[in-house]
Amino acid sequence: MPDIDLHVVSPAPDGEFGAKGAGEAGTAAVVANDVTTLIRRSMSLSLKSLYRQGPWSRRSDASDRSFRKYQHHPRRIYMAKQTIRSNSISRRRLLTTASAGVVLAASPFRINLLQAQEATIKVGFPVPLTGPYGAEAQDQVRAAEVAIAEFNEGGGLNGRKAELLVRDDKLNPGEAATRTLELIEKDKVNFIVGSLSAAVQLAVNNITKERQIIFNSISQSDIINEVSDFSKYTFHEALNPHLTAGAVGRYAFPKFGKKVAFLTADYAYGHEMVRGFQEAGKAFGVETLVDIRHPLGTADFSPLLPRIQALKPDILCIINFGRDQQIALKQATDFGLKKSMKIIAPILLYTARVAAGPQAFAEVIGGTSYYWGIEDKIPSAKAFNDRFRKMHAGKVPSDYGALGYGGVKTLLMGAKAAGSVEPDKVIVAVEALKFDYYKGPEYYRKCDHQAVQSVFIIESKATPQKGDADLYDVIATEEPNEKNLRTCEALGHKS
Amino acid sequence: MPPLSFDLIALQLFTGLALGAIYVLFAIGLSLIFGMLTVVNFAHGAFYMVGAYVGLFLLSLGGNFWLCLLAVPLIVGTCGLIVERFLIRPLYGRGIDYPLLLTFGLSYVMVELIRIAFGKSGYPFDTPEILQGAVNIGVGYFPLYRLFVIGIAAAVLLGLWLFLERTSFGLIIRAGARDPQIVRVLGVNLSRIWLFVFGIGSGIAGLAGLLAAPLQGVIPEMGATILAEAFVVTVVGGMGSIGGAVIAGLLVGVVVSMTSLFAPEMAKVSIFALMAIVLLIRPQGFFGRAGLMS
Repeated sequence: MPDIDLHVVSPAPDGEFGAKGAGEAGTAAVVANDVTTLIRRSMSLSLKSLYRQGPWSRRSDASDRSFRKYQHHPRRIYMAKQTIRSNSISRRRLLTTASAGVVLAASPFRINLLQAQEATIKVGFPVPLTGPYGAEAQDQVRAAEVAIAEFNEGGGLNGRKAELLVRDDKLNPGEAATRTLELIEKDKVNFIVGSLSAAVQLAVNNITKERQIIFNSISQSDIINEVSDFSKYTFHEALNPHLTAGAVGRYAFPKFGKKVAFLTADYAYGHEMVRGFQEAGKAFGVETLVDIRHPLGTADFSPLLPRIQALKPDILCIINFGRDQQIALKQATDFGLKKSMKIIAPILLYTARVAAGPQAFAEVIGGTSYYWGIEDKIPSAKAFNDRFRKMHAGKVPSDYGALGYGGVKTLLMGAKAAGSVEPDKVIVAVEALKFDYYKGPEYYRKCDHQAVQSVFIIESKATPQKGDADLYDVIATEEPNEKNLRTCEALGHKS
Repeated sequence: MPPLSFDLIALQLFTGLALGAIYVLFAIGLSLIFGMLTVVNFAHGAFYMVGAYVGLFLLSLGGNFWLCLLAVPLIVGTCGLIVERFLIRPLYGRGIDYPLLLTFGLSYVMVELIRIAFGKSGYPFDTPEILQGAVNIGVGYFPLYRLFVIGIAAAVLLGLWLFLERTSFGLIIRAGARDPQIVRVLGVNLSRIWLFVFGIGSGIAGLAGLLAAPLQGVIPEMGATILAEAFVVTVVGGMGSIGGAVIAGLLVGVVVSMTSLFAPEMAKVSIFALMAIVLLIRPQGFFGRAGLMS
């Protein structure tokens, strides 16, 4: 992280190792690189000094006793070892080793020893850094850093800089709620942006609603738009299943045929997507041949495939996520299903395609909120990609990563427009924004704060030509249109 | 519901048998180690995962898949030898729960080491080119690679059977499982035999992992899911019985496949229902020796 001002404030009072360690894995992951380097460096130092002094057995009784005194305390053992051995090693070595030890002790949860100033705008960012969506979450952090850096370079809010407080929600609603509460109560954040699961975002939303803190959710959900979960503090930068599935369906049904088989992960995400496809399909007279529900975490789809083959659908719609999606597509390819039917998916992820390789995904069509390749046509995407590449060693942002950028950026720009971080003023300002930050024109619908935005239809390339990041062709763009969302009335809103 | 044609049912049955072959290949090592050493090896899934990663690593070095088929079992088997010699051997004679807990912890260590070395997200693993595509087996199309896996599983089983039943070394192994004390009295160094058996068991697990990699890709957690299924297979077949593991593996495959046709939501639970029924009727499994666990 070369050119950004990222204060990660230690949540534990004195940076004590173990005590809060487990709970703060989020911060830990952000600083993991630095810490690993430090640990490795000081380990090698202490190993070297150990080597110089020969085996443990040569220790005198006195030092053995002083060692034992500290035995219950892991970090002090380390320090004790240093002291014990110091008499025989050179002063220079002692100084290097000791200072490495001091840095090690102080570093775990502090990149920057400066405490955050009172005046900074704090954006809490709970995302699942550990767990199955870790790769996506880490990319969200990288993209959010870009938004923070841009805001600060632009002078902030009348000189008030912004900072990002990253926490690990472990993809667990309870954990996310605790972290969010902590961010609000202890760290006094101004905004919350984050979450990477339908269930987690609802848990976060419950807290922010109650504490009247603005929350911008950056993962897919239909429910968050509905009146039961919505509050004026709730914003939704991500697409929702209704919009995504609808866009893919509207593209695929007229082109490939009306007989559709679904292979669906059996949980809320899958059910919402199937509903989205079926509602979009009504206009085309689409017939559902079968909706096969499979449990999450299925390692072998082969028993489900003969039945699909026997039904001879025009389109096979595979609705699942992550590893389930990779395995399902791989095995459907092996069984030769692509020869007789078109395979579509509501969402094709950048990271999933990287992990699965080109063979399994080849010629599969799906939707996405962002793909870096749109930069040929959309200048704001080009600017965002370039900035991201510059900050993150030439990498390009993934789809969910870009949402991290959008989510943070809109709230900060809203604060700038409002000239304040007062939630009520920022809400009014964000509602009024018509913006193009990274993917073309966008705005938040007033009734449910859903971001009205374009959906990109992409097809996975069989053989990438332009390097590792060349995964998809953008074959169509569904322009932002409120008509493609469920109406405010259908969601239970008054207006 | 699709029209139930003969072809569909036949293909579904065949798919089940193919799935069963993969279960058998994985469970056989588990069963072998338990039957001969009375060690419940919870690290079996980790050896399976390591097999896939070793294959991935060898391929990245420029090896080919056929070479991996030989090298992976040898390398993973060697890991097994090391684990037996230095971790499991000190625990013999201390009750069944000691090695169980040790291997359980070991599996976490191995998964974590692989995460550190190769990263948390998975890798693609392409099917070798000449085994790609599907062939017509008379009742429908079936992936060539899965046929190949069935062939390998059959070959491994045949080899193992010949080794155990037709060689004098196999005779010692079987005798050691039946009555270790007498075998020792006869002057056989049993700890060497056990070391060897553990090596074979983990080598087969590594081979199974390599064979599974083109079916589902490679990820550090891949051993955890199949371990549950493998335990069902070993328990249904009878702990320690190799023939039982074969029959139970194929049966579990067919049960999963047939449930998938009629009630896909039940597929995952069906194998546990099968296990419960078998245990109610025959607590030691199909061919298990009663009292082995006590």
